[in-house]
Amino acid sequence: MIRSRPAGSRAVVLDLDADAEPAQIASAVHLLAEQLGVALTEVVPGAQTVLVAATDRAGLQHLLAALPRLPSAPAAAETTGAVLELAARYDGPDLEHVARATGLSVEQVVHRHSAVVYRSAFSGFAPGFAYLSGLDPALRLPRRETPRTAVPAGSLAVADGWTAVYPRRTPGGWHLLGTVVVPVFDLQADPPALLGPGQCVRFIPST
Amino acid sequence: MRALHTVHVTSWLEVLDPGLLTTVQDAGRPGLAHLGVPASGALDRPSARLANRLVGNDEDAAVLECTGSGPTLRAGRGGALVCVTGAPAPVHVAGRTCDVGVALWVPAGEVLRVGPASAGLRSYVAVRGGLLVEPVLGSRSYDVLSGLGPAPLAAGQRLPVGPTSGTVPAADVVPLPDLDAEPVLALVLGPRDDWFVPEAALLLTTARWTVTADSNRIGVRLAGPPLVRRRHEQLPPEGVVTGSVQVPADGQPVLLFADHPTTGGYPVLAVVEEDALAAAAQARPGSTLRFTAGHRS
Repeated sequence: MIRSRPAGSRAVVLDLDADAEPAQIASAVHLLAEQLGVALTEVVPGAQTVLVAATDRAGLQHLLAALPRLPSAPAAAETTGAVLELAARYDGPDLEHVARATGLSVEQVVHRHSAVVYRSAFSGFAPGFAYLSGLDPALRLPRRETPRTAVPAGSLAVADGWTAVYPRRTPGGWHLLGTVVVPVFDLQADPPALLGPGQCVRFIPST
Repeated sequence: MRALHTVHVTSWLEVLDPGLLTTVQDAGRPGLAHLGVPASGALDRPSARLANRLVGNDEDAAVLECTGSGPTLRAGRGGALVCVTGAPAPVHVAGRTCDVGVALWVPAGEVLRVGPASAGLRSYVAVRGGLLVEPVLGSRSYDVLSGLGPAPLAAGQRLPVGPTSGTVPAADVVPLPDLDAEPVLALVLGPRDDWFVPEAALLLTTARWTVTADSNRIGVRLAGPPLVRRRHEQLPPEGVVTGSVQVPADGQPVLLFADHPTTGGYPVLAVVEEDALAAAAQARPGSTLRFTAGHRS
């Protein structure tokens, strides 16, 4: 059951069930709009929602009326596509702190973090910053009490139930486990973000 | 790394003084919010479009957005046909006083000066041919949140100007909006109005809100009676649209502009209608504005 909440005259926030994958619903919304000939300006997955903005109010109403016909989410295997493998140096300044706080050894932290295939759930904070879901619950920690004023570009980090790669040097409150050398946001690439919603990724420990 | 980019620069504007904060803006880069890229673009879109029309440009050509007080520019070889719209400001060409809202010829080597706005906040300067700075992700807009796009104007810089095409419309006087009146912004409640006590929506549309100095292209921070939440748990981050009235824990609303973060964790009580955003973008720090509830879809 999808509840729609108005976000101005030509956008809605779709409130999803807890077990729905917002990135998959976003793909289904794109598909439905294409079938209906409705032009959308933005489809933005959130943690439990999808924001849908149309070019005009009539288009939005048309889409909302057809929402019950939203194609059911395809099986996860169909949409997963290739798993992106990114080399990661686990040399972050917070690695030992994370080990202490979780009661694990540094080796166990690295192993648990690199054993999982993550899925990009949604973006925010900065261009190319993707919230990756699937973190081992043993690595779940609240954010740092005092955020750093600058986190280096490529920092691989964890906070709450998420892991992420900082696309560029920004302030940041997550725990830094290491570094990913491949840029996750590249203006010359199309699309510019490596980890768009729905993309699956695994981190391969490297030296 | 840089992609080859063919630019037909026919002239330029040299920046002698950048003004308080002057940025290049066009229609922005919408459609990339799912990748965390803000839409950006001119905040008072009707004024930017008007300025372009008055010099015979495509409506969405890149213009200058001046904040508070505008730049001093020298026209390069070939001269420049310019037009100032938006917040009314004293305009001088080669030392002579000129009008806003009309096309002005700046001969080669002569100086255009746009002074402090006498009302409103943001003036726009269009130049015939458009500003041909390097586009980023399909737009020449500078986004203050992400830093994408050409940096704000700096003294000594040369802004490339494109070739001209089409005709310049004949318009003696165009009507300009009254920026002295207190803006009343139409809004639609939601998406998270149910996260607030029922009185919050009424308070939002009856109180008078003061624009604080802590406002920029990301959003306008407003001061007034606190808007109280009914639900106090953390909102899982969700997509937000330009015009959203987001309410942080302190109950003081923030009206989001074009450079806003694409997702946010504060509940949005209401969304201001797009055609009211230009008036909001002209509200000066210290001035007041009000909201009125439009229809609910």
